[in-house]
Amino acid sequence: MSKRKVKESGGANGECISQVQKVLRERFCHHYATGKLFGIEHQYRHLLDLLKRTTVHGESNSALIIGSRGSGKTALLNHVLKELKEMKQVRENLLEVRLNGLLQTNDKVALKEITRQLNLENVVGDKVFGSFAENLAFLLEALRKGNRTSSCPVLFILDEFDLFVHHKNQTLLYNLFDISQSAQTPVTVIGLTCRQDILELLEKRVKSRFSHRQIYLMNSFDFKQYIRIFKEQLALPAEFPDESFAQKWNNNVQHLSEDKTVQDVLQNLFHYTKDLRSLHLLLMLAVSNVTVHHPLITASDLHEASKQYRVDSRANIVHEFQKFVQRKAHCMYNFEKPVVMKAFEHLIQLELVRPIERPNIRAQREYLLMKLLLDNTQIMDALQAYPNCPVDVKQWAASSLSWL
Amino acid sequence: LHKLEHLSLCISSRVRQHFSFPSIFIYGHTSSGKTYVMQTLLSTLQLPHVFVNCMECFTSRLLLEEILTQLQSCSPETEQTSQVPCDTFNDFVRLFKQAVATQELRDQTLYIVLDRAEQLREMEANILPAFLRLQELTDRNVTVVLLSEIVWELFRPNTGCFEPFTLYFPDYSIGHLQKILSQNHPPEYSADFYSAYINILLGVFYMVCRDLKELQHLAALNFSKYCEPVARGEANERDSRKLWKNIEPHLKKAMQTVYLREISSSQWEHLQHDDGEPGQLKGLSAHTHVELPYYSKFLLIAAYLASYNPVRTDKRFFLKHHGKIRKTNFMKKHEKTSNHLLGPKPFPLDRLLAILYSIVDNRVAPTANIFSQITSLVTLQLLSTVGHNDQLDGPRYKCTVSLDFIRAVAR
Repeated sequence: MSKRKVKESGGANGECISQVQKVLRERFCHHYATGKLFGIEHQYRHLLDLLKRTTVHGESNSALIIGSRGSGKTALLNHVLKELKEMKQVRENLLEVRLNGLLQTNDKVALKEITRQLNLENVVGDKVFGSFAENLAFLLEALRKGNRTSSCPVLFILDEFDLFVHHKNQTLLYNLFDISQSAQTPVTVIGLTCRQDILELLEKRVKSRFSHRQIYLMNSFDFKQYIRIFKEQLALPAEFPDESFAQKWNNNVQHLSEDKTVQDVLQNLFHYTKDLRSLHLLLMLAVSNVTVHHPLITASDLHEASKQYRVDSRANIVHEFQKFVQRKAHCMYNFEKPVVMKAFEHLIQLELVRPIERPNIRAQREYLLMKLLLDNTQIMDALQAYPNCPVDVKQWAASSLSWL
Repeated sequence: LHKLEHLSLCISSRVRQHFSFPSIFIYGHTSSGKTYVMQTLLSTLQLPHVFVNCMECFTSRLLLEEILTQLQSCSPETEQTSQVPCDTFNDFVRLFKQAVATQELRDQTLYIVLDRAEQLREMEANILPAFLRLQELTDRNVTVVLLSEIVWELFRPNTGCFEPFTLYFPDYSIGHLQKILSQNHPPEYSADFYSAYINILLGVFYMVCRDLKELQHLAALNFSKYCEPVARGEANERDSRKLWKNIEPHLKKAMQTVYLREISSSQWEHLQHDDGEPGQLKGLSAHTHVELPYYSKFLLIAAYLASYNPVRTDKRFFLKHHGKIRKTNFMKKHEKTSNHLLGPKPFPLDRLLAILYSIVDNRVAPTANIFSQITSLVTLQLLSTVGHNDQLDGPRYKCTVSLDFIRAVAR
């Protein structure tokens, strides 16, 4: 009887675990789309207000959302758009054009992409335009509705805005901002960037057409809020099918957030970087340990995950350094010069050593001055941790590096 | 081996329908098993994947087209794969979305594995950050895995990017190496015999070289020599002392060319058979010996002397009646850096000729012959010119050969 009961709950658990993994992974990996927002209500309202004015009242606007990597710019925008689209008027009218600086590396490509996203490829056909401005004006003209008094509001979203700034003459930006200043079609241009000095990069004529409206996203939460975010991120939602398991899970999460080791781990991560992406990474590692036999996350899981996450990469690679320091007379083996050269080349390939200037054909390879890209402490740490290190290499390193 | 697989299993989704982290960066030394583990993992779990080596596809266009072509073979519907032209990353995203539209690929996570990812940095600047964000840009279930030897800090672009999950593959320990190498034993001999041989080999080479590929190469080369006594019937498989005495000098010889692979394995075996005693190891480096005419040899030696001796010592070495050279403070401070470590110094033509006259026994006339020999030495790249072509003070040269070469020439 009891065996059967265990098997039943075991079977339920397998399905359950899979569900848990699904929910949490989606939350951590796709957080640009569905993540919850923390602490940016003010900016949220500002942006919402701005977009409402464009779509409902027909005003043209431009804004820049500035925040460091992982501070939630795209997530914020997506949330605002989602809320906007609940209004019927917006849903039917608003046209969205999403451009990304990484993909559209050129103004021509950008223009083609705009044409494609507005579904105006048939209209443009094989027309040849004299300039960028003409083309863009033609596109927007084509968007006017039948009665020719108003046209659909267009929303241009430029991701990685700082890459658009490097195009030739900044024509795309100039034209977009120009249109947003002239009153013909309601156009809003929203740029998202991680550079704080973006305004310096804009040309004078582009800057003057920009409305200088900047929305800053700074991760301004403190550690207590950070722990609360941690709890919320791990908690299973109320719609989870297996309620008892969800209850157990959420209780466990509550326990974890009060546990001292977990708080230490979170504190370390918080001091290192505040953004939520790294928190997600850590939680992802911990969640991947969840199996049927191990259904709840424990503090040790989190501890291990944090150790794995913060591994010092250079110190590991420097282990290899030992092989290549056999030149001195301390070593027992005498190596031929070509072997040592090849080993040295390998070091260059690993980029632990870099030549100070580009090697030209005239100078010989052996006499090229090199720079070591490692710290003495890193070398010493690596030596300690290297398995089976020859004793004389250790002594040599200790003697020559110790006086520094 | 198994621990590495287990680690990767934790990261990649065991259950296919779930999302996986958008980008993973795996780094470790050469032959620490990154490519091998990735490939076996993907093929055993039968996850849909695309495997591309960035050394082969060294431009962005080649890389993107290769990925799209392999994608076609991933989905079971298309019968033949055709070349898909793809210029920019923009087109790539569009074509990628179309290619992944089939039902099969939509549910599962598609893995794009890029080997030797450090080449991505050499391509256009948008390629690396765009790949890291591919999941976001295409809005599909795809994970990009980057394999490389170089640490992540050297990859990061200036303004930052989407940070991937970094995973380190440590080197094999000596126990693991033993196990892996012992697996390749040839069928004629027993496994114990071969593992004893591997033990000896590792004992000699482990301190110096931990590269699995190199060790495999060495093991294959030297095994026939090791088996010789057994084949000849002098010793049986367990006679370790005899076998060791036989193999020891050959391993010593092999040590000298540990990384080089100067001669192919067949040549090496040929060498082993020919000479019974250890002779000179003639590899490619021996072919650099060049025959020079009489005066050219002297010119070269004179050039070497001019490059590596400071000007002050010329008077002392080359004149019959020299005075004593007083060591100044300057000399005392700088004595430590040997000229040989810093490289050759440039010298003017006159100095070269002066030294030449003093080392050649008979009188040398400054004919055009001598000067043309200097020019031919420059063409042979044994000397090199320093400075502009039309200098007012006369041409300056630098000697570009090493002391060993000079010794060989001077014989």
